[in-house]
Amino acid sequence: MQNGTLETAGQWLAEGRKLAIATVIETWGSAPQPVGSQLVVDAEGNFEGAVSGGCVEGAVITEAMDLIGQGGHKLLSFGVADETAWKVGLACGGKIRILVEAVK
Amino acid sequence: MTPALLAEVLAARAARRPVAVITDLASGQQRIVAREAAADDELAAILDKAFRFDKSGVEQTEKGEVFVTVHNPPLRLVVTGAVLIAQALIPMARAVGYDIWVVDPRGAFATGARFPDIHLHAEWPDEIIPKIGLDQRTAFIALTHDPKIDDPALDLALKSDVFYIGALGSKKTQAARLDRLRAAGFSDNQLSRINGPIGLPIGAVGAPEIAVSILAEMTRALRLG
Repeated sequence: MQNGTLETAGQWLAEGRKLAIATVIETWGSAPQPVGSQLVVDAEGNFEGAVSGGCVEGAVITEAMDLIGQGGHKLLSFGVADETAWKVGLACGGKIRILVEAVK
Repeated sequence: MTPALLAEVLAARAARRPVAVITDLASGQQRIVAREAAADDELAAILDKAFRFDKSGVEQTEKGEVFVTVHNPPLRLVVTGAVLIAQALIPMARAVGYDIWVVDPRGAFATGARFPDIHLHAEWPDEIIPKIGLDQRTAFIALTHDPKIDDPALDLALKSDVFYIGALGSKKTQAARLDRLRAAGFSDNQLSRINGPIGLPIGAVGAPEIAVSILAEMTRALRLG
């Protein structure tokens, strides 16, 4: 947990930006990013960090931007068994579960 | 996550204070627990394991599913003695994730050519080690065989929370060292923290194998306590 994504979140917050944080909380199979990996997103969709090898970032960022407006948290699951996930492309065959939370 | 909690986590990380954030996955509610307070927490067993193995993860509790995020400071290795075993140990320790400091007042030993890409200090340990700071995510190793250099550093390590103390030297050297430290006021209980002769007994031959035995002993102390 020393990837510096939280430090980026702190900087962005200090700049007055609204943001949400996504964290990989569980993985099964060959998930590309380990548990604890994080992504920070601001209201414009700028992001730092990673929760997968680029496969599901698009979907996570969309969900995160929704949460920035409304607050709260959300749990997302992506995997090959999930058709939506397949569409966004976790083609590595792994499954991941992600916590998305607004910083508010 | 509230901005206040984020600020608290960032302050802990910057100050090298180990903390965990516990998120109730149903409600989204979060709280922060410092490692030193973890033993008294209702999730003491889970937190102990998480800190020790440096492993964040989802846990089932009586109150439902929680996500425990561990924020452990990076590991550090502080060595006295810019010697051959240190040269062998450094790339291995780096691969395992340590930031490395080598302290040796003998300028001929402590050269950037012999020790590139680490924190190298050609100074006396009692001058530089307090500035480096020894904490519970730090391992300390004495490798010079020279009491003038190793003893002041061991003195500082014994007064700190380092998770591992090792000292190179034969059983005879080790006995003489313990006598000196006992005379300096340390109790047998305190001195039992020193691993000496250093390293797991794996019949190591030569500096690289001794380095393996030291790193294995450090890892055991880190993970199993």
